[in-house]
Amino acid sequence: MMKHALRTAATGILIILGAATLVFFVLRIAPGDQALVLLGPDATAGEVAQARVRLGLDQPLPVQYWHYLTQVATLDFGESYRFGQPAFGLVMSRLPATVELTLTATAIAMFGAVLGAVAGAYRGRWIDRGISGLALTLYSMPPFWIGIMLILLMALKFRLLPSAGTGTPAHIVLPALTLAASFTALLTRITRSSVADTMAEPYVQRSYAKGLTRRQAVIGHVVRNAATPVVTISALHIGTLLGGAVIVESIFAWPGLGSLLVSAVSNRDYSIVQAAVLLIAVIVVTLNTVADLLAAWLDPRVRLGAKA
Amino acid sequence: MSAIAVQGRLWTIRLRSTPTITMVAAVALIGYLLVGLFGPLFISYDPVATNVVDRLLAPGAVTGDGSVAVLGTDGVGRDMLGQLVYGARTSIIIGVSVVATCLVVGLAFGTLAGYLAGWTDVAISRLIDILMAFPGILLVVMIAGLFDRGIAVVVISLSVAGWVAFARLTRSLTFSLRERPWVDAARLIGVSTPLVIVRHIIPFVIGPITALATTEFAGAVLTEAGLSFLGLGLPPSSVSWGQAIASGRDYLDTAWWISAIPGLALTGLVVSTGLLGDHLTQRLGARR
Repeated sequence: MMKHALRTAATGILIILGAATLVFFVLRIAPGDQALVLLGPDATAGEVAQARVRLGLDQPLPVQYWHYLTQVATLDFGESYRFGQPAFGLVMSRLPATVELTLTATAIAMFGAVLGAVAGAYRGRWIDRGISGLALTLYSMPPFWIGIMLILLMALKFRLLPSAGTGTPAHIVLPALTLAASFTALLTRITRSSVADTMAEPYVQRSYAKGLTRRQAVIGHVVRNAATPVVTISALHIGTLLGGAVIVESIFAWPGLGSLLVSAVSNRDYSIVQAAVLLIAVIVVTLNTVADLLAAWLDPRVRLGAKA
Repeated sequence: MSAIAVQGRLWTIRLRSTPTITMVAAVALIGYLLVGLFGPLFISYDPVATNVVDRLLAPGAVTGDGSVAVLGTDGVGRDMLGQLVYGARTSIIIGVSVVATCLVVGLAFGTLAGYLAGWTDVAISRLIDILMAFPGILLVVMIAGLFDRGIAVVVISLSVAGWVAFARLTRSLTFSLRERPWVDAARLIGVSTPLVIVRHIIPFVIGPITALATTEFAGAVLTEAGLSFLGLGLPPSSVSWGQAIASGRDYLDTAWWISAIPGLALTGLVVSTGLLGDHLTQRLGARR
């Protein structure tokens, strides 16, 4: 178990290094001079050249890359030209709002696991068809459109909830519902197929022979065994949830990482783009690593190297 | 994962055993395709030309020149039906281009990693892991947002994020296929590696890959709409459902149809693709 944990963690660090490299190259290939962005269109050629030296942009690429890596390792992403503050601090200050939103959405989405378990236990029945159809439709709706329609109905038509911003607990309801929508549907679908597969296992069949009802069999024998793939796959999708927050936060003016990133990209605020993208990547890799370890703990086959 | 059913008759559609709902989805998809392909031929006006007189007309209202705006007009007087029809074309073009690119790249990397194993596999797998660290839209937002706006950049950014799914699936399928007797036999009689991959591996991964392609198509269409919604996708000169939905945000109180209608069209397209995808996954898909 220890060996498995160490290997998983080492891979995680390697992936984060790779992610940093990828961000570096995307930002270098992207058109537009960072020095020019910093100084604005009125800068003279001399000022631009000076800024390039200051930013290290006149150095050869490998030197720039090494410089970048040391900066990333010390969490120094430079200053945001729009805010005049260190980018990392800005990004970190936006993180709690995003965490609050994603956790609320995850909590709402847990409802999907229940629906999925019911659908899986009664595969092929009308209740399964109903739940599956609902899940597919919800999964197919553009998340940002769900957000707009929720604003239209809940905020404008019935005036029940605020349409944007923060402040009261009511403010989180619409963004969280929007973000939760596709994750709920996904969780329903994953749980359904996992439970349905487990229902066909011999030990579940045996529990019927023992005289258990379907409900008892599901609670006693299916849920725990069906949980492993659900936990791992949904942990993999927490990343998707963070990605979804990028759009949802922009719709509802939620002051999180996502809305900050979108405005930074539109304004070519490179330092914030770097810091935000890497922070999200680190969170995703960490969560995946934890999910991996959790799966190993739940299912010995994983840690012993067999394909689960 | 070890058992891969040999799909002999992939392209013969057995209509009688196909569920009704799948048929409905397939017909709807064909409908979208036809609208995207030929719809613009029936629309005599420019879908992006603005007209201040006819702005914010409700569905069914009569425009200044006496014609009927069946689905209403938007905030700058563009006809919603035109937006819808041209938007279908945009979505389908982007979805198909992205899936085609991802399919080729993913199939190439996936079969190479799975067949050659060893260091090639380690390198490709790590690259996949790295790309997986960026949740879906993140990489797309970064690439599409920082480069100049245009359809090519949108397709490239979606493909950079999208090929990974194809590569992962192909790799795991190839891993078990390379141990099969017919592959050994081909290798023994001296068939070259590229030919073994093309003749003896790829035909067996095409089924599951087709099933995946439908899901990826839906994903690409949704992400493009999201990107255009954020104003980071296509330039304003093109028509996209995402842009149309975004342009209706300011008029939600007075003109709900601007945002609502393109969203319904988008949902319909993705639901139909999803239904077809579920069916294909059941028939041809690898168990994941």
